[in-house]
Amino acid sequence: MKQISTRLTREDVAHIAALAHVALGEAELALFQEQLSAILDHAAQLQTLDTDAIPPTESVLPLRTVLREDEPGSTLPVEDALANAPVTRGNCFVVPPVR
Amino acid sequence: MSDLYDLTIHEALDALRCGDITSVALTQAMLDRILAVDNTLQAYLTLTPEAALEQAEAADVLRAEGRDAPLLGIPIALKDNISTQGIETTAGSKILEGYVPPFDATIVRKLKAAGAIILGKTNLDEFAMGSSTEHSAFFPTRNPWDVTRVPGGSSGGSAAAVAVGEALAAVGTDTGGSVRQPAALCGVVGVRPTYGRCSRYGLVAFASSLDQAGPLTRDVTDAALMLQVMAGHDPQDGTTWPEPVPDYSVALSPDVRGLRIGIPREYFAEGLQPDVERSVREALQVFVELGAELVDVHLPHTDYALSTYYLVAPAEASANLARFDGVRYGYRAEGHFETIGDLYEQTRGAGFGPEVLRRIMLGAYALSAGYYDAYYLKAQKVRTLIKGDFDAAFTNVDLIAGPTSPVTAFHLGERTADPLQMYLADIFTLSQALAGIPAISLPCGFDADGLPVGLQLAAPALQEARMFHAAFAYEQATKWWMQRPSISK
Repeated sequence: MKQISTRLTREDVAHIAALAHVALGEAELALFQEQLSAILDHAAQLQTLDTDAIPPTESVLPLRTVLREDEPGSTLPVEDALANAPVTRGNCFVVPPVR
Repeated sequence: MSDLYDLTIHEALDALRCGDITSVALTQAMLDRILAVDNTLQAYLTLTPEAALEQAEAADVLRAEGRDAPLLGIPIALKDNISTQGIETTAGSKILEGYVPPFDATIVRKLKAAGAIILGKTNLDEFAMGSSTEHSAFFPTRNPWDVTRVPGGSSGGSAAAVAVGEALAAVGTDTGGSVRQPAALCGVVGVRPTYGRCSRYGLVAFASSLDQAGPLTRDVTDAALMLQVMAGHDPQDGTTWPEPVPDYSVALSPDVRGLRIGIPREYFAEGLQPDVERSVREALQVFVELGAELVDVHLPHTDYALSTYYLVAPAEASANLARFDGVRYGYRAEGHFETIGDLYEQTRGAGFGPEVLRRIMLGAYALSAGYYDAYYLKAQKVRTLIKGDFDAAFTNVDLIAGPTSPVTAFHLGERTADPLQMYLADIFTLSQALAGIPAISLPCGFDADGLPVGLQLAAPALQEARMFHAAFAYEQATKWWMQRPSISK
């Protein structure tokens, strides 16, 4: 297992915020830099365990390939699906340009 | 008869079936109780009094026609991250303020079909992320045993409402302890079922491999009644168990002779409040007096559960909460945006509260290129070890017992500044969730300040009946559950 630093830089936090699509102010970036570093520092204890031969938990259930009967059912009416949207036009959600 | 709001579900059902009371009178008593105490406690986010009274009238009509159902005419509350058709469902977040689901969660549909009456929606930490209900975007809920203290979380509104008689029972959700820990801190019974025992369809998703809904009730009999209705396979949720739900009521026997209860030394470690340890050890002695056997067991990876959980759950949350984008429902940031990316970032940055942002960020980091192996994959491997601890222990014992929470209710504001301190409130409830096994918290005494202490019993997957059996026997022998907070009247 490679050694990783649990100390995040301000740039790291800004990068994570961009990945998560959240706009953060300078104060929040600084606060999360401290708090996330502390949490990751605590989580570093996991690196002390040898897990090379341990499979990851993919599910706690013994279930495999779950399929149900392919029966037609009712779907949500368009007006219900649009009812909670902030801005709509016709049968569409309105958004700024997708670039 | 005592005040109607003080009844258990099974007492109320007896009275309804005899014709001693009506569902309208019962429901009105709950609404009056809410009016009297909820300004102080703030357990509810949304109340639906007119609809509740209409449902109660309909239940009384059915009963007059000779019909019955498992919860016919019983007023309950639902945590506000459970979708209710036509009733606002906020998940305690500004980003979902005003959102009205066009459908019911499967468990809601089942509870309604069983005759339950919905009083309203209860407060929670935003998106069920928290251990005190202080992370609600709207207001904190207070503990009915001491209103300067938290009710626990994230199902704090549900726990407080049941403790004080603002609902006969409530539904919460438990991702890492969010039913059991507030149940302990408010002195009520709380159940986390086996992962996959109840449908997750219609729960506002937090961590999909961990989320489970469960009941909060006054006593064990009520918990069994509620789970009986909620549990079962759902074609809408591919992770529900196909096994039929056993009749839990037949498990409620006071005879636990020969039952083997495992006591993990790891659950009595440093950091455990002395009063909590005393109450829990006294509870274990009660089991001995009842003829059960206490067995030392070892769960060697217990100390790693916190780190494991706080990587797995945020990782899943960062993916699940990607859907809140200001486009299809919920809050949208004000202003003109050049691109849709700007809209996403401004909406999410302003719409999510600090704890949710923290977890989304942590999860995004744990999943990101270059860190996935070291954090997320590593945590999922350690999760296998934690589950293996339980598998090994259950080859030798029927149940595993310990404290639900290391401490009793803490003061508002005491832990909000330091996220790790807040996370430590869940230290005894995380590993069962990671392993997917059921556990119950039940009242087992009080600390020196008169605050309730919770005893936790965990069982192997799908063995809820065994858990109810032991909990019922303990409850019959002790009567802690009959204590009520002094906020009464």
